[in-house]
Amino acid sequence: MSVAIHISHARKVYGENVIIPDLSLDVKEGEFFTLLGSSGCGKTTLLRMIAGFNTIEGGDFFFNEQRINDIPRNKRNIGMVFQNYAVFPHMTTFENVAFGLEQRHVKDPEKTIRVEKMLDMVQIASLRDRKPQNMSGGQQQRIALARAIVIHPDVLLMDEPLSNLDAKLRIEMRGAIRTIQKQSGITTVYVTHDQSEALAVSDRIAIMHRGIIQQVGTPLEVYCHPSNLFCASFIGESNMLEATALGGRRIGFPDGGSMEIPFLSGQEEGRKVKVCVRPDEFVFSDTGVSAKVVARTFLGSSYEYQVALQAGTTVKVETGTHHAVLEEDEPVHLSFDPSIVNVFDSGSGDSLMVRA
Amino acid sequence: MMKRVRYDYWALVTGLSFAFFLLFFLYPVSRVFVNSVYDFKTSTFSLDAFRKFFSKTYYTSTIANSFKVTTAATLITLLSGSLMAYIMSTVSIRGKRVIDLMVIVSILSPPFIGAYSWIILLGRAGIVTKALNAAFHVRLPGIYGFMGILLVFTVKMTPLMYLFVSGALKKLDASLIECAEGLGCVGFRKLRKIVFPLVLPTILSSAFLVFMRIFCDFGTPMLIGEGYRTVPVLIYNSFIGEMDQDYAFAAAMSVIVIAFSVVVFVAQQVIANRSTIEMSSLRPPVPERKRGTWNLLAHLFVWLVAVLSVLPLCVVVVQSFKKTDGIVYLNQFSLASYRNALSNVGYSIINTFVYSFAAMCFILIVGVLFSYASVRHPCKATKVLDVVTTLPYIIPGSIMGISLILGFNKRPLLLTGSALIMIVAYIVRRMPYTIRSSSAILRQVDPSLEEAAVSLGASDTTSFWKITFPVMLPGVTSGALMSWMSIITELSATVLLYTTKTQTISIAIYQEVVRGNEGVACALSSILLATTIIALSLFFKLSGKRELSL
Repeated sequence: MSVAIHISHARKVYGENVIIPDLSLDVKEGEFFTLLGSSGCGKTTLLRMIAGFNTIEGGDFFFNEQRINDIPRNKRNIGMVFQNYAVFPHMTTFENVAFGLEQRHVKDPEKTIRVEKMLDMVQIASLRDRKPQNMSGGQQQRIALARAIVIHPDVLLMDEPLSNLDAKLRIEMRGAIRTIQKQSGITTVYVTHDQSEALAVSDRIAIMHRGIIQQVGTPLEVYCHPSNLFCASFIGESNMLEATALGGRRIGFPDGGSMEIPFLSGQEEGRKVKVCVRPDEFVFSDTGVSAKVVARTFLGSSYEYQVALQAGTTVKVETGTHHAVLEEDEPVHLSFDPSIVNVFDSGSGDSLMVRA
Repeated sequence: MMKRVRYDYWALVTGLSFAFFLLFFLYPVSRVFVNSVYDFKTSTFSLDAFRKFFSKTYYTSTIANSFKVTTAATLITLLSGSLMAYIMSTVSIRGKRVIDLMVIVSILSPPFIGAYSWIILLGRAGIVTKALNAAFHVRLPGIYGFMGILLVFTVKMTPLMYLFVSGALKKLDASLIECAEGLGCVGFRKLRKIVFPLVLPTILSSAFLVFMRIFCDFGTPMLIGEGYRTVPVLIYNSFIGEMDQDYAFAAAMSVIVIAFSVVVFVAQQVIANRSTIEMSSLRPPVPERKRGTWNLLAHLFVWLVAVLSVLPLCVVVVQSFKKTDGIVYLNQFSLASYRNALSNVGYSIINTFVYSFAAMCFILIVGVLFSYASVRHPCKATKVLDVVTTLPYIIPGSIMGISLILGFNKRPLLLTGSALIMIVAYIVRRMPYTIRSSSAILRQVDPSLEEAAVSLGASDTTSFWKITFPVMLPGVTSGALMSWMSIITELSATVLLYTTKTQTISIAIYQEVVRGNEGVACALSSILLATTIIALSLFFKLSGKRELSL
């Protein structure tokens, strides 16, 4: 049923523009795999190449051992969910979901049984005989999901399926998508530009930038151990502190302070580096760098502070609401745990950390 | 492999559409140009036809006539139509829905009924004329010539102008007006600084459209113009005229008219493109209840326009139930006119339905398929054809008729006198509208609908017929009903192409008026009007709208 996807040396060109120069990727069987990147990074292009809606200018695409480059798009046995749902407006919910089965000449009673089972699964059985005109975006997206899964596709492709929904519905739907994917066990490629969505639903994430995959890893890996500066700044928020390698694992800051970073690979002295500290990795403490609070924003579950360091840079610090509230202009000391931060080469942007 | 097959399917559609327009539009129109300077009998080139036209004031004065009456009617229409639109958008008028309905019925009614009906009222033996003559002991000559044509066109076109301008006014968001008022810009200054500039593009392009419609109209000046000859009438006479039939001369005049309408069309495009303002209103301005003199005047004016616009139709319907002895109406009611109509020219009703139905089928199938090819699979050929299919817009009906005769009156291309050439005339004249409207509808249909169908296993052809086509259908059908209404009232091209056997209702009406069988003409007009109203209510039902936007 479900397949592994293997892509080797994919290339996509529009006229003079090279969208994807050379991309290789493996998606495991049954995996929920997310392509994450900002708009124009080539993630949707890659998805549409898998679906067959975009031509392939180079490289090979495989479902298990079968090369799919030359298989007509209506014979690839994929389920696709679109950003704008693409629910057929002239058909009822039932007819929408049954459409793919009819194309496969699935006859009653099997057809009805499968459709109704699917409607139960996505919890829209009560909308069975209604047309989609006055349905909410969430309901329409459930139809689209049911329609894509009911045909037992080898691969489920989702192109920003939640971006047209409002914030609350988005969180509800992403839970539903995750649950349904796990129940059906279909290999899924999911495209989004929303990093929190990617972290929430995925087994693994590929971060793309300018048609090149920057990092592939589990949500925890890409968040805690970004492979380069781009990934560190794209996922979550980051403060980038300028520093210089002092040899070994020791680095020095412009204000004269220095510290040992336990997981830093051995560095020659004088190398310019950047230390990435997440806002929640900073702590206000009695010792550490002296600084001054510039502004405070209340975010509901936390406070966000703008804090000016003596070197002139301003950093973002996030604390829980249980922490003592600091006022503007209040002098403070900042520190962080050196074993959880990441250090990157200033020039190339690559990670300088050693981790298994 | 797959891509190749798909390309060929749409290439075939494009190719067929191309062949059709080449054979039935480009070829016949080019014959007009050739015939105007080339004599096929003697195989000689000459500019005699043009010389003849420009040498006699009798001919050149027709151009002046056309221009005078068209300009005058357009200007009056522009003022009255815009004024009505402005009143309707600002003042709450009693019976607004009825007025809108009256206006729509009048716009879609057969164009030549107006002229004929006003003759019944204000002609030399007209009902009103007689009454006035008897009451004041005068001998009024009745309304003919310049004033007659002007009256008919003004009454006929004001509703159209009103519809266009009020469409633009509805797109004017109320917040713009409120913002202007908040900034201290009120009253006439607000109108001049905010409202007028925003609807000006619409007013201009509608004025051009009205201008061309009046300029190309054949029925009205033919019936009510008498000695006041306009260009379409002159073309018709020199082509059909028993005294001085002159094909080369008719062709030369057609060339002059085409040149003129191209200039007008291009000017319209240039102005429209330069001053287009995209507006989408979330909250259109709401008419307010007014008091006093202004309220009274507003009501008077709006109701006058509405009543005048449907008056001709009412006159025709009433007259159709009157007893006549040929020309004179007697003061008794009967169905004799209908009986005569059905027994004498009943077949013209059948002809109208058969021809219009055949034409609509062809227009719909080819128009929709071609618009699909041009929107979803554009290539050089579809782009060229897109341009070619706009050209019939600017060719007046009578010239299209002449072209088809010149192009298809000899073997092996002998079609004149056949039913086919009538159908072809309908198709060529209406197809561009269907292509435009289906393309517009198709652009609203998200391509991902088809991609969803394809990903679910449907072939390209299946996804078109099962998904895209049904989604387009409501819009296309209401567009088709509009086209159908204008086909069944078409006169200017087919009046040149018909034979007794292929006569349609609108031609029969024209013929009966000319012959003086007024009762029969009224009965036929009423039948045509009833058909239009049925089609209109169908349109409203299908589109779910209560309004008309053109």
